[in-house]
Amino acid sequence: MITLTDTQTIDIPVQSGDEDRYHLKLGPQHPATHGVLRVDLDLDGETILTCDPKVGYLHRGFEKLAEHRTYAQNIVLTDRLDYIAAMSNNVGYCEAVERLLAIEVPERAKMLRVMVCEMSRISSHLLWLATHALDIGAMTVFLYCFREREVLLELFAELCGARLTTTYTRLGGVRQDVTRSIMKKLDKFVEDFPACIEEYETLIDTNRIWLKRTIGVGQVSAEKALDLCLTGASLRGSGVDYDIRKHMPYSGYEKFEFDVPTGETGDTYARYRCRMEELRQSNFILRQCIEMMPPGPILGKDAPDLIMPIKPANKLEVDVPAKNALITLIEDRDVFMEGDIYVATEVPKGELGFYFISDGMGRPYRMHIRSPSFIHIGALSTMGQGVMIADLIAIIGTLDVVLGECDR
Amino acid sequence: MEQLGIAEQLREKFTGSILGIITHRGQVTILVDRKDLFRICQVLKTDHKMTHLNCLCGVDNLKRKGAHLERFEVVYQFYSIDNRTSLRVKAQIPESDPVVDSITSLWTGANWLERETYDLLGIVFNNHPKLERILTAEDWEGYPLRKEYALRGDKEWKGLEELREKAVRLRKYDFYGAQIEQE
Repeated sequence: MITLTDTQTIDIPVQSGDEDRYHLKLGPQHPATHGVLRVDLDLDGETILTCDPKVGYLHRGFEKLAEHRTYAQNIVLTDRLDYIAAMSNNVGYCEAVERLLAIEVPERAKMLRVMVCEMSRISSHLLWLATHALDIGAMTVFLYCFREREVLLELFAELCGARLTTTYTRLGGVRQDVTRSIMKKLDKFVEDFPACIEEYETLIDTNRIWLKRTIGVGQVSAEKALDLCLTGASLRGSGVDYDIRKHMPYSGYEKFEFDVPTGETGDTYARYRCRMEELRQSNFILRQCIEMMPPGPILGKDAPDLIMPIKPANKLEVDVPAKNALITLIEDRDVFMEGDIYVATEVPKGELGFYFISDGMGRPYRMHIRSPSFIHIGALSTMGQGVMIADLIAIIGTLDVVLGECDR
Repeated sequence: MEQLGIAEQLREKFTGSILGIITHRGQVTILVDRKDLFRICQVLKTDHKMTHLNCLCGVDNLKRKGAHLERFEVVYQFYSIDNRTSLRVKAQIPESDPVVDSITSLWTGANWLERETYDLLGIVFNNHPKLERILTAEDWEGYPLRKEYALRGDKEWKGLEELREKAVRLRKYDFYGAQIEQE
């Protein structure tokens, strides 16, 4: 009888027939898993037999937490969902709450929201391209992408004081107006950025190694992509024309002119091309924002106060019926009836949906976050079956997942 | 309105299973009996081209009151990319028997969403390929999104206690497994 200490190991007998199988736990601390994602793999040589992603390492219980905070207090939670594109999450959350509580948003605030959304889309796509290329082995692209991303993050810092956790939107508008300095810098960025995209493309677009690592890898047909509930560029790469900005316009997207790029083949290369075109389209939207920016207030008159004055006029509290909090509304409209709403927005990763149930109080009765990353990682076990380990890394990269959003 | 038309068609097809049709802020919800849920989803997918499953989540109705409301409900949000219509389906589930049919065979993507609903609310899905906890640990006690589950508990998760004990035990070994001499 041998007694083992904690650090000694013992050979576990392998069932006959399974001698060639190798069990590998990829992650959660692995540079190519984009955060704390663990993938349990059963391998035959280098081929993956079964692929079982494990999530939850970053679970913070936002849905439970949200039920105990007011609508306004929950805005900060949304920063911590997709921390790479926090602005899009802020906008998605506020759009949903405003639809639920019927709060009007002024035109200028809507345009500012579109502006920060597209800025965060560019910044998120740049980070995606940088890390995806780095995973596949193209180191240079990483440095080029971070050069432009830095400009955008500096602009966010100038706009609202934070580079990543922005909390920029308010119920009924946005927090800060843009200054002339920001618009000037943004104008220069928009002017220079198309040349930068071309620069990235010269690095990898026809690079033989890049092509070999992406073409035909992680291929999903349009039917399969819908079956797996993929959204965003991962779905459009398979040729399905589904962009919420076009299908269910929010925040005034119907006024903008832009194309929705779709791929045909549904492989990693097609999704890469889609996102590169989206960078161009976002830049085009930013150009329109600069030209069309209307004057006016940035916060609607119905907006509830976030700061708590001594005698609150529009204060939202947890156990007070919400209609007492927004006194400017109740005179002519019965807005705080019980009910539910599902509002989806197009964030860089895909479709971010907020499902709310209101029981008329100042906090949501139930808030469900439909996060694209969670569903994309769920699709990994289907997409990763039968491929090589190196291709699995490419697939994780091409799905563009963020674990903060996945685990909530 | 197109959504209401679909809801009415469903009411004719599944007499008795559609408990009610609710319109709120332009979004149509149908309350359904859980026994016909799978067939309704199937009809929506094939006949009405609702090929995209937006959202699937569970709700605890403990503190809500209303007609036909049971303790739990599972909410399905569908969208038709071709016809640009959406519809929400809510299946009512009693507390005594929190079981509903899985729609994983219609949408593979529903797999994880149903696992999440099971994990956080304890609703069991029939015919699900792998119904295990997903966001919380395997040995987690209770279902966090139920209304009686406290926001702040009074004790730590037992896995954390075990990890701490193990860390104390392993402190006397160095990286290569040799015992560190006590000073």
